[in-house]
Amino acid sequence: MALLRVENLHKRYGHEEVLKGVTLAQDAGETKVVIGPSGTGKSTLLRCINRLTEPDQGRVWLEDTEITSRRTDINRVRAKIGFVFQDFNLFTHLTALDNVRLGLMKVRRMPRAAATGRAMAELERVGLAAKANAYPAQLSGGQQQRVSIARALAMDPKLILFDEPTSALDPELIGEVLSVMIQLARDGMTMIVVTHEMGFARSVADEIVFMEGGVIVEQGTPDKMFRSPEVPRTGEFLRKISDLYGESR
Amino acid sequence: MNLVFDPAWLPRLGQGVLLTVQLTLYCMGLGAVLGAVLGLVRVYGGGRWSPLYWVASAYIHFFRGTPLLVQLLGIYLGLPTAGILVGPFLAGLLAMTLNTAAYQAEYFRGAIQSVKSGQMMAARALGMSRAQAIGHVIMPQALRLIIPPWSNELIYMLKYSSIVSMTALRPETMDLFGVARSIAARNFRYFEVYILVALFYLAMVLILTVALRWVERRVRIPGLGTPGRGI
Repeated sequence: MALLRVENLHKRYGHEEVLKGVTLAQDAGETKVVIGPSGTGKSTLLRCINRLTEPDQGRVWLEDTEITSRRTDINRVRAKIGFVFQDFNLFTHLTALDNVRLGLMKVRRMPRAAATGRAMAELERVGLAAKANAYPAQLSGGQQQRVSIARALAMDPKLILFDEPTSALDPELIGEVLSVMIQLARDGMTMIVVTHEMGFARSVADEIVFMEGGVIVEQGTPDKMFRSPEVPRTGEFLRKISDLYGESR
Repeated sequence: MNLVFDPAWLPRLGQGVLLTVQLTLYCMGLGAVLGAVLGLVRVYGGGRWSPLYWVASAYIHFFRGTPLLVQLLGIYLGLPTAGILVGPFLAGLLAMTLNTAAYQAEYFRGAIQSVKSGQMMAARALGMSRAQAIGHVIMPQALRLIIPPWSNELIYMLKYSSIVSMTALRPETMDLFGVARSIAARNFRYFEVYILVALFYLAMVLILTVALRWVERRVRIPGLGTPGRGI
């Protein structure tokens, strides 16, 4: 059974229907990359999965828990789904260590010492143990995003959602974040990544999902999507985005 | 003109200072608690159509929209007619607390709303309840942002506390201004007494200003609130 199932998701903002029935399934250990022009509902899709945005219609399951059910304790579900934001959203008033530790102590109710150990291990994993006592404003964008990945990882998530994790970064800082994500994918983390980084998509995605106009236009392995897309629009978009962002990374 | 200052005034003025300080600090402390609750209700109380929001807004508009003096006399002279006896100190404290709470509620609302919306989202995404997110993420930031407007309010209330002299009749319930007025009324040294009293207020304000600046610096965090000098 799939780890995550999304069924016929709809979301409307005012007169504009941003999601027009999105259905997808994701197995444990799989990395899915979601691409598409801006304003096509990619971020909304991610936010509807953990109900940071309430979908209007449709269902989402994490294993056998229906996330979209009113009876589900959404906080317990969210604790199992990591979320990495485009603009990091590290807690401004807390050091890197406290950012990673807060969820462990307040949500997982882990004792302070254990939480500290775990948080340090995660900072180590993203290469930032030395910055444990720095505040977000004292870190570069790339470092902030790595701390926010550590914050997500510390919760032992079953799945991590990445919402354009490198879009707010200076070009020279993108690499350090991508290499952390590539390592995660290789370690078998289950990830859904909204991104324009085609190099990343090509090297680690098990599946690429192309969205446009609130629907999934086409999905498949990177090989299929890049070499022989079934829908002409997919090939057109991939060529354009590859020219724009390059594939060297 | 020959100015005459009598050291014999000082013990009584000192008592007045003590009462003024007590009144100010108590009302600011209680007002902060009530103001924080009202501010939180205004931001998170379920929007414009929830009864809680409506009650908080009505309260804030009423107490900001009417003079403190009217509120004080309403409590001091009005409550006894309803069978509730309040002494001058309690009436003063109550009026000042209710009044400053309304202003502080707005400062809290402003501070809470200036915490970036992504902070709440990140906290909720981790699995925190809204109350946890407010307690662990929003308020620690809002409380730092509120220090400058709160200092202003503190100074304002310190000076405005002089209106309790309207209700205090016995010397032991008089604030600094009340004491000054009663001394001057007896020896007609209005000019000297009020110069002295003005200096007392000024000294208190300066001390509080320095103290709060110190607190502000102590709890300052890079990237939060006021940028450093030179920007």
